[in-house]
Amino acid sequence: MRMRTVEISVGAFLLAGIFALVLLALRVSGLSISTEAHSYRLYAEFDNIGSLTKRAKVAMGGVTIGRVVAVELNKKTYMARVVMDIDANVDNIPVDSSAAILTAGLLGEKFVGISIGGANEYLQDDETVDDTQSAIVLEEMIGKFLLGAVNKDDAAKGENF
Amino acid sequence: MKNYWGAAMNRIFEQLAGLGRSGLEIIQAMGRATIMLYRAVFGRSVSHASFLSLLTRQIYSVGVLSLIIITVSGLFIGMVLGLQGYNILVRYGSEQSVGQLVALSLVRELGPVVTALLFAGRAGSALTAEIGLMKATEQLSSLEMIGVDPLKRIIAPRFWAGVISMPLLACIFSMVGIFGGAMVGIDWLGIYQGSFWGNMEQAVDFRSDVVDGLIKSVVFGFVATWIAVFQGYDATPTSEGISRATTRTVVYASLAVLGLDFILTAVMFGEL
Repeated sequence: MRMRTVEISVGAFLLAGIFALVLLALRVSGLSISTEAHSYRLYAEFDNIGSLTKRAKVAMGGVTIGRVVAVELNKKTYMARVVMDIDANVDNIPVDSSAAILTAGLLGEKFVGISIGGANEYLQDDETVDDTQSAIVLEEMIGKFLLGAVNKDDAAKGENF
Repeated sequence: MKNYWGAAMNRIFEQLAGLGRSGLEIIQAMGRATIMLYRAVFGRSVSHASFLSLLTRQIYSVGVLSLIIITVSGLFIGMVLGLQGYNILVRYGSEQSVGQLVALSLVRELGPVVTALLFAGRAGSALTAEIGLMKATEQLSSLEMIGVDPLKRIIAPRFWAGVISMPLLACIFSMVGIFGGAMVGIDWLGIYQGSFWGNMEQAVDFRSDVVDGLIKSVVFGFVATWIAVFQGYDATPTSEGISRATTRTVVYASLAVLGLDFILTAVMFGEL
């Protein structure tokens, strides 16, 4: 094997390896180059966050505008405190906007959806979204539904008598 | 009666001595391996340009020539993962998570581990046999005779070539595997491609999955190549000795990779 062929193939091999790593970073892990520097932090407290986890997306009108960085328990209020990083170019979220925990599909992943309020002031870094709506827990809903059905049944019987 | 006791005690002591001897031998071999590595890595260097050209040639034989087995196995493992994952997940109606399953299992575990096992079989055994034969035909001692340090000229470029090639091969393996899984999942089984890639992107984290997998593959490359060059350098210089050294390389390297994988996984992803 001539040295030149060896060198060319080694160069191609190194390039292919680095290319695969870049592809793993960008395509597979969805790493964007500048998330840390250009984002600001918002907090929201929920009664129940269901199965929301770190790295879940924060969406507004279905468009991802940020990520959940941490989920922790507020010991004083016994509420779940969600820490979110929002893209810096979405800097006009009104202060009376509300945050809800939604589910992608019936059994899909949980994410935070933000609905726009009407105020003229905008949320700044380190502020808290006050108006929140908890996750819908399927078991609770089924429980309520069954209870409601039973109550209605009783009421119907009562009318018959 | 007394004679009988004496013989029994003697046999017990013999067993104990045998155990001690093999323990000492293992420790001595580890010591020799460490000294060899130290002298190969930190010893008086050959000139910069000639080291680079030696390294290039070794990366060619260790890395480039392993590419075919790596890409073909990666492709098939990714395809099998996609197929198996689909068959199970479709029962729960969450077949769009196949991408996540394929990517996480490849990037975290299968990429580094299977690449290291194949690497030990394909490149490690070749390294051991080559160095062992050099020793048997006294090429190593003739190098020393003309004033060239065989550790620097023979061992060091091969060792570094292994350490450099292994992570690159593991990255290529994972990437080819993910594309294999995507081929089966999207084109054959008809998973919607947006949710396939989207779920994957959301589930895989760069720092805690891709980088940790990369660290694993660097460690495996270090250990597997070290074992391979040491077994060749330490081989009994006969044809039988070389064959035993080659076998030992594949066995020890595979066991070391699997054992280390558990420890690294426990440190990285476990509660340790």
